[in-house]
Amino acid sequence: MSAALRRETLQQDLDQFRTAVRQWMEANCPESQRQAITPEEQFWGGRRGEFASADAKLWYERMRDQGWIAPEWPKEYGGGGLTDQHARIIKDEMKRINARAPVYGIGIWMLGPAILEYGNEQQKQQHIRAIINAETRWAQGYSEPGAGSDLASLQCKAEDKGDHFLVNGSKIWTTAADKCDWIFCLVRTDFTVKKQEGISFLLIDMDNPGISTTPIGLISGESEFCQTFFDNVKVPKENLVGELNKGWSVAKALLVHERKLMAEMGSDSPRKIVVPNEAAHKYLEFENGKIADAQLRSDLIDYNMQMHAIALTHFRTFEEKTNGIRSAAPLVMKYLGTEAEKTKSELLLAIMGTQGLGWEGDSFTPEELDTLRLWAMSKAMTIAGGSSEIQLNVIAKSILELPQS
Amino acid sequence: MALVLNEEQRLLQDTAREFLDSNAPVAALRKLRDAQDPLGYAPDLWQQMTELGWASIILPEAFGGLEFGFMGLGVVMEETGRTLTASPLLASAVVGASAILLGGTAAQKETLLPAVAGGELTTALALEESHHHRPHQIATTLENQGGEFLLNGRKTFVLDGHSADKLVVVARSSGGTNDREGLTLLLVDREAPGVAVTRTIMADSRNTSNMTFEQVTVHAAAIIGEVGAGWSILEPVLDRGRVAIAAEMMGLSLEAFERTVAYLKEREQFGALIGSFQALQHRAAQMQAEIELCRSVLLQTLSAVDETPEQLPMLASLAKTKLNELVKLVTNEAVQMHGGIGVTDELEIGFFLKRARVAVQIFGDTGFHKDRYATLCGY
Ligand SMILES: Cc1cc2nc3c(=O)[nH]c(=O)nc-3n(C[C@H](O)[C@H](O)[C@H](O)COP(=O)(O)OP(=O)(O)OC[C@H]3O[C@@H](n4cnc5c(N)ncnc54)[C@H](O)[C@@H]3O)c2cc1C
Repeated sequence: MSAALRRETLQQDLDQFRTAVRQWMEANCPESQRQAITPEEQFWGGRRGEFASADAKLWYERMRDQGWIAPEWPKEYGGGGLTDQHARIIKDEMKRINARAPVYGIGIWMLGPAILEYGNEQQKQQHIRAIINAETRWAQGYSEPGAGSDLASLQCKAEDKGDHFLVNGSKIWTTAADKCDWIFCLVRTDFTVKKQEGISFLLIDMDNPGISTTPIGLISGESEFCQTFFDNVKVPKENLVGELNKGWSVAKALLVHERKLMAEMGSDSPRKIVVPNEAAHKYLEFENGKIADAQLRSDLIDYNMQMHAIALTHFRTFEEKTNGIRSAAPLVMKYLGTEAEKTKSELLLAIMGTQGLGWEGDSFTPEELDTLRLWAMSKAMTIAGGSSEIQLNVIAKSILELPQS
Repeated sequence: MALVLNEEQRLLQDTAREFLDSNAPVAALRKLRDAQDPLGYAPDLWQQMTELGWASIILPEAFGGLEFGFMGLGVVMEETGRTLTASPLLASAVVGASAILLGGTAAQKETLLPAVAGGELTTALALEESHHHRPHQIATTLENQGGEFLLNGRKTFVLDGHSADKLVVVARSSGGTNDREGLTLLLVDREAPGVAVTRTIMADSRNTSNMTFEQVTVHAAAIIGEVGAGWSILEPVLDRGRVAIAAEMMGLSLEAFERTVAYLKEREQFGALIGSFQALQHRAAQMQAEIELCRSVLLQTLSAVDETPEQLPMLASLAKTKLNELVKLVTNEAVQMHGGIGVTDELEIGFFLKRARVAVQIFGDTGFHKDRYATLCGY
């Protein structure tokens, strides 16, 4: 078959698939699941996970049975076994009807891909399936009080006790750890070698004796994250992912997924959010069809243009990936996407004026209050998952190959 | 829509880079400048470029064109941006040719386009009348004298105007000075009686000119499209020019950036390569991020010309804005990061800096395009 013919056949196949997905979505996505979601309505799975409604449950179950909770994961573990392009079509079609994500969680977004790449057969059978079935909710145990950007300097240790590891230490900024069933942790298993070479990747059941969590309050008023303590926690040997002391590679692979997720948050937000354009029409004066405040108009244009360019770059990275072309674009997206989120939040506050500064109470609409909380949250985006400064270091080092001091 | 180059386009890019590197490096522009060359470009080089088919890339086969589309044009423009090559490519083969292609009569297309494609004829767009791009603020008049027309007025910043054989003039046949209605495009020979052209020496050592039209007689056959309906031709022509110059600016930025990054790896101070200083690393990384955005915007806009022209106005303004900003950032940083040598005429970085500033003004500066983008978005 010639290349052109192959391309054409592939395109026909994708078109047919799109039609089928569209029909399926129309028939199976309940009306109530086609509206913007609030944080309270999100389903995170796990032992304590609860559906906000019968429709939410039905929607999740239908998607799961279809294999579309994780369309690109292998079929034998409950995935859809589909290509990136097919998975993309499912995403597009969900977006088209404004369908909610049936389940949320870093199991799907981050841990799953890492286990599929580095885990053994038994781990895949156990954990991949449980993630898709929403039986487990995962926390991420990377950062420590003394190890943030310099993650590899972590000290939480796991000692080899024959049939198990004994874990002692603490993890900090562990998002929602108080609500999670399992935590994946980077632990030190060798103190005598270069810092990156003595780290291992462990899966730890949070029901184990010796684990405790303390929530930490945030400037947004929420307490999204915790400090998690490990006091003589016994972890079975079979919970080691990858080889002993080779956890840094697993950690880095997982970070790629984390950064991609964060890069796309702005363009793909799960929550009902106020869009700057709409806010401008609601809160600003217009003269002859233009926003009268020249500074705000200019800021709004800059933001919209930046988002337009970022969206096109997401498309480009996808096209490059499907065409097997390597480029620098994926490595700059976390920096750009999260900085743009902060810009957006600042812009919204500026557009809303004092109506955007309400903390609570009836003098403000729920959207106004939410905008302020999201503004506070947006500050975390350029810190978590590798800060903007760290992203710039990475670009300088791995794309530009600048000398390291 | 394509956001990656296909095989054919990649090949074209390689050929263009190879050809320009050996035949028209930045040193060639310096030579033209220092010799105060009256034409401002090398005709034999232009001849070779047309033999490679570059003057006919966007033209249909029916008129001797290659029909490679704007994605093809984009890669060549980008490469000419890397070498700062002076040629009538933009003014004649893109802008002038597009005016004839989009608005011309069958006779105009048949006689003029093959000549443009073959490089025997060059064209230029005589549009601007002030020091800022105001495409419908036109005071040059075109009066109907019963079958014949009289052209009067003055133009400025006409790209390659002093060397073009045929001028595409934008004139007002009716309406007020700022109206979109009442504009007419017409063809005038540069050597016609009543046309006076003065070359303007600009910072970038490239070619622009001022011109006056005094009682120039124009035949009906020289009108492009309909009298008074020129805007509907002019706007898409300008958008094509905008994306083409944006592609040139992309190449210019990449070259200035790559030369700067190379310098960061070679210059030592305080016993270390200056590229190891984080203050410089972060600024370089930020430029890399902007380059990635501009790359996507540029590709989308180039492919919109041929595939989704209804999206072109917004994308062209996005592309011109983004590239205006990039080119300014990169050339300023290039000078700064080179230190003292960066402000010498000996180093070629200065040529990039100067071309960048002229390119920013071509077919609309940042303020113009931000306003246009917002207006198209309804705010
Ligand atoms: C919302 C949120 C959720 C999070 N969730 C989790 C989670 O679930 N699990 C988890 O393990 N962690 C989580 N984190 C932690 C996150 O990964 C760390 O906060 C992050 O890595 C930064 O570490 P740090 O807070 O110790 O800051 P530091 O590393 O102390 O950084 C302080 C400042 O110094 C700068 N800096 C540090 N090193 C350099 C350098 N080499 N060059 C230039 N500047 C530098 C940083 O950019 C920053 O501005 C979360 C954080 C946030 C904000």
